[in-house]
Amino acid sequence: MNKAALEFSSRPENVAFARVAVAALASQLDFTLSDLEEIKVAVSEAVTNAIIHGYENHPDCMVRLEIKIVEEFMEIEIIDTGKGIKDITRALEPAYSTDPERMGLGFAFMQSFMEKFSVSSSPGKGTRVKMSRRAGTPGRQAVSEQ
Amino acid sequence: MNYTIKKENNCLIVSVIGDVDISLTDSLREDVDLALAEYSVNSLVFDLTEVDFVDSSGLGVILGRYKRVTAKGGKVYLAGAKPQVKKVLDLSGLPRLMEIYPSVNLLLDKIG
Repeated sequence: MNKAALEFSSRPENVAFARVAVAALASQLDFTLSDLEEIKVAVSEAVTNAIIHGYENHPDCMVRLEIKIVEEFMEIEIIDTGKGIKDITRALEPAYSTDPERMGLGFAFMQSFMEKFSVSSSPGKGTRVKMSRRAGTPGRQAVSEQ
Repeated sequence: MNYTIKKENNCLIVSVIGDVDISLTDSLREDVDLALAEYSVNSLVFDLTEVDFVDSSGLGVILGRYKRVTAKGGKVYLAGAKPQVKKVLDLSGLPRLMEIYPSVNLLLDKIG
């Protein structure tokens, strides 16, 4: 097993930092460039959600990123201690967004591009997104936890 | 700046470079809206030739501008998306709303 944990400020410029860090570790496995691009989108969506929704754009909070490689699996967790999600089922609906300038596709992209995906959240306490993908075998499975 | 905005005939062409995520979207949205208000154009073109990465934040800017431009009878086009960008576009459903061309030149030839 190989693992890494990072904490960074909830600033927009750190979304790129997070996805590049994940891609760098993921490149230890047998992912194609196309796979890596998809994983980067999923990470970007999760970190963006933490910043925009979890912390409501406050730049001085902390987002935690945990990455684990277990055999051919890449496991990624994105954790915030922000306001949480009241209704996860509704948040997981494609095109659901509280902001007219956003597409509401963040969770849809995470589910589409990762093999396993789950989100747990407590209003007022924060949100944890957990997703994983096996190198070379894209798959689709979504689970919600509340 | 990671984008340029220029007016060509009746088109506003927004050429974006690099990664399009929330670190770019606020300024991009603001500047495109300012240009749309300043220039009277019928078409808005997002030139994605030099875009390496886009997530739903970037797509939200395109969708938001699509709503504004089409509400006034205009059209929005996408041009030059690399395969990894095209994949995200396809999954979002945006190509059902606006036409995608392989390059800006082909697009401009087509729409005049």
